[in-house]
Amino acid sequence: MEIPLHDRIHLRASLAARARTAMLAGAIAVAAALTQATAAAAADVDVEITKFAFAPKEITVTPGTRVAFVNRDETPHTVSATDKSFASKGLDTGERYEHVFDAEGDYAYLCTIHPFMTGVVHVRKR
Amino acid sequence: MDDSRRRADARALTRRQALGCLAAWSGAAVVWTVAGGVPRALGATSTGAPMAPADGTLTFVQISDTHIGFNKAANPDVAGSLRRAIAEIHALPVAPALVVHTGDVSHLSKPEEFGQARDILKEIRVDRVHTIPGEHDTIDEGTTGYLRYFDHDGKGRSWYSFDQGGVHFVGLNNVQNFKLGTLAALGPEQLAWLKSDLAGVSHSTPLVVLAHIPLWTIWEPWGWGTADSGEAMAMLRPFGSVTVLNGHIHQVLQKVEGTVALHTANSLAYPLPTPGQAGIGEPGPVTVPAGELGHRLGTRELHVVRGQQALALIDRPLEG
Repeated sequence: MEIPLHDRIHLRASLAARARTAMLAGAIAVAAALTQATAAAAADVDVEITKFAFAPKEITVTPGTRVAFVNRDETPHTVSATDKSFASKGLDTGERYEHVFDAEGDYAYLCTIHPFMTGVVHVRKR
Repeated sequence: MDDSRRRADARALTRRQALGCLAAWSGAAVVWTVAGGVPRALGATSTGAPMAPADGTLTFVQISDTHIGFNKAANPDVAGSLRRAIAEIHALPVAPALVVHTGDVSHLSKPEEFGQARDILKEIRVDRVHTIPGEHDTIDEGTTGYLRYFDHDGKGRSWYSFDQGGVHFVGLNNVQNFKLGTLAALGPEQLAWLKSDLAGVSHSTPLVVLAHIPLWTIWEPWGWGTADSGEAMAMLRPFGSVTVLNGHIHQVLQKVEGTVALHTANSLAYPLPTPGQAGIGEPGPVTVPAGELGHRLGTRELHVVRGQQALALIDRPLEG
């Protein structure tokens, strides 16, 4: 998270503003620590399965990111990697599947019930 | 149907015959069949017992896409819809010899769904109910779960053939064998089997081919087609009478290519949009206003008559 340039210029104008900047930085640090602590329990990124499509169809995440796929359709779908590295069961309406992407790479996946539904997860170090 | 064929059949009758039939069967569905070149009307006997079919004819019924286990707004009672269809089948004027189910027997491939479907299908009073798998029957473990309940010839395969009433029936599985973003396919193993199976069949034998997804491309963006259907069609073309019965798209469409007639069927679960229907965007269940569902679900009755190339088809909604 970066503070826009014009805001930074404005902040430099007064001591009070500098104090606020310090507080903001502290808050960011705390938030980051919280995010790391809860990463194991909650998904970092959600992909919706809706209207027979993965949305977003293409995402880029860092290694270790947990991605949740949630089926919003009245029709069952699956999330199945073409390289077989991960595969969900059939997901009925409202059901979710989560997978942690540890290694860098491009993971193409599809719905094995409707193979015209495709998506890809790019895993990249920052 | 195939209203055009029904109209053509009707035109072939004399006015006197037609009036006589109307008098005999007014208020009931009239089933036209053709034996020895003479169109005849069939109907229930005065006692209401189904009549035996005429010599040289085979009557059977197609049902499809029962989706046992589905329980959303588009049809909260799919088991009830199937039972209603069974009552209609039992009320047919000519008792069908067999029933074929063209796939999506279950909604989620769950054992309890297959079990419930098998139990209800056993209530149909026919020689046998033949099923093929739809993509909803192969979720999670391919055809393994499906075959625990519907292994028709005991060979552990989801494709098979059999002969009945002078007709060679072939059941296929065209819901697997896909690659990323492609249509599903029959696959090389099944095509090789089909070739060897048909090698032993005379070209004058009527063929009825069952496949869940249409064997012609109706709407590719929704997966409404079979990637290698061209190879199967090439094997079917030499035969004098070929009827391909499909499901999957929950509506009646047809295509005739030489001696090969392809027909999709209504579902017994819920309607789907028309191919690529504007304003919808995806092939999901369509919830219709209360009272309309029965008009959008249905069964199909088929008559095979020796010496006639085309089968007589009658599509009947559950209501109306």
